[in-house]
Amino acid sequence: MTDWLTPEAWQAVRLSIRVSLWAVAASLPLGVFVAYALARWRFPGHGLLNGLVHLPLVLPPVVTGYLLLLTFGRRGWIGEWLDQVGIVLAFRWTGAALAAAIMAFPLMVRAIRLAIEAVDPKLEQAASTLGAPRPWVFLTVTLPLILPGIMTGAILAFAKAMGEFGATITFVSNIPGQTQTLPSAIYAFLQVPGGEAAAARLVLIAVVIAMAALFLSEWLSRLIARRIRGL
Amino acid sequence: MLTVTLRHAFPGFQLDASFQAPAGLTALFGHSGSGKTTVVNAVAGLLRPQSGRVTVGDMVLTDSDAGVFLPPHRRGIGYVFQEARLFPHLNVRQNLLYGHWFTGRGQQADLSRVVEMLGIGHMLSRRPAALSGGERQRVALGRAILCHPRLLLMDEPLAALDQARKDEILPYLERLRDHAGLPILYVSHSPAEVARLATTVVLMDKGRVSAAGPVAAMLSDPAVAPLFGMAETGAVLTARIEAQEPDGLTRLLTSAGPLFLPRIAAPVGTGLRLRILAQDVMIATAPPRGISALNVIPAQVHDMTAVPGGVLVRLQAGDQMILSRITARSADVLGLSPGVPVYAVLKAVSVAPGTIGVSRG
Repeated sequence: MTDWLTPEAWQAVRLSIRVSLWAVAASLPLGVFVAYALARWRFPGHGLLNGLVHLPLVLPPVVTGYLLLLTFGRRGWIGEWLDQVGIVLAFRWTGAALAAAIMAFPLMVRAIRLAIEAVDPKLEQAASTLGAPRPWVFLTVTLPLILPGIMTGAILAFAKAMGEFGATITFVSNIPGQTQTLPSAIYAFLQVPGGEAAAARLVLIAVVIAMAALFLSEWLSRLIARRIRGL
Repeated sequence: MLTVTLRHAFPGFQLDASFQAPAGLTALFGHSGSGKTTVVNAVAGLLRPQSGRVTVGDMVLTDSDAGVFLPPHRRGIGYVFQEARLFPHLNVRQNLLYGHWFTGRGQQADLSRVVEMLGIGHMLSRRPAALSGGERQRVALGRAILCHPRLLLMDEPLAALDQARKDEILPYLERLRDHAGLPILYVSHSPAEVARLATTVVLMDKGRVSAAGPVAAMLSDPAVAPLFGMAETGAVLTARIEAQEPDGLTRLLTSAGPLFLPRIAAPVGTGLRLRILAQDVMIATAPPRGISALNVIPAQVHDMTAVPGGVLVRLQAGDQMILSRITARSADVLGLSPGVPVYAVLKAVSVAPGTIGVSRG
């Protein structure tokens, strides 16, 4: 493997996978919560929350990255506080995970929200008349029924996180072994003469991972949907 | 005993209903849009009324004056919806035991008893998607009963089913009414269902209760009965199977005298409830001779009410009431007036088997 891929490139692939997995795993519970709130609750600020969630989708990624630097950098108003308790995000792989999570969040929430809206609220009503308190209605009826949607949302978010570039490079830069993810590595290889071959190999890996994620998502959602519907 | 007083304003619709539902099955009857489902949802706690009070026995579920509003899951009320609303990701057994997780009530013995009563033992491991509409509704009924509710709500549980499926479920509802010993509030817009199942009838119209009372009195009341629709107007008779005759007839005993109907497949001694449509009853002033109708019931004219296209005559036979709809000319020719002794003539085949209900009383 190392003959075909330089250790540096291989490191970037592994880092990207780690960053994306963490980004998805850490943001998934919040994603489900926000999707549920947007789908089922009417509250003041509903539109504002919806806009906020979708903001990374429409803002230039560089802007998102810069805003992250302003808030989560060592001098940022959250970053400074985190620094005191020993957590540093800027120019670390954890920061890359944060940037990826925020950029992928809209896709995740959209997929999960669609799934929640497809669940008939009448089923949840039925569960409550059978004695189930609200949280249990969610855990025993809503959650199992939206599993395919959560799966789809998670895998979409993973693919998006794998490809995140603009916000990541602005927030955590492009440090090999620290914050150089797969797209940053491709970018770096293209900057040096003779780097095209290495870049092309990474592009191939990116395509394979993205396709595999899509197929896995399709297959899993179908499998889960079939098991849930009992057919 | 369930007591309900509700007031709630919707855009373009005002609910202002008050009634009591004693033991047995109370039918909430009215046209669509009369507010029946709204009432049931308010009793279940799915709708919070602007003002009102709902109590079951000595338990207060809603009391707007005292600021009491129990959430649905703390009411202990079983609710059977029009569409069964079974959980698609759970099999029949898990659906049946869903309430058990939360109430902690309901033992294995209850499950077997309910499963047997509803005849759903062979489908316990199946998913709802693999069930027919009638089967789903039976499971939904079982699921509600297994929570051991203090009150059972049913919102047109048969409306989405064809006649064959209805006939399949009606006996279970009769058994439930007669043996489960819990009050049932049953929304319906089918006069046949009301006549067959109800103990008490609450008539709703435009968000208000327009009449309420025991089923026999309500269905034979000339002022109320036409609200069910003229073709559906008919009194309810209670009877008991006395004998199965060798020529294919069943001999019934009623307080109005014997009655012969085509064979009813039930043991001797079974209590029955028959719906006799007013348009199927003829009136004679002398005992008719040479006539094919088997049932000639001596009676007395109780009162007469003019209705569109004729006269609705209420006849007293024994301690029961029979309604007959005849033309004004016939009433004139026969010289009918209250107190006149007459004979009510009824063809044996005019009572449809599907409308005959079984009752313990």
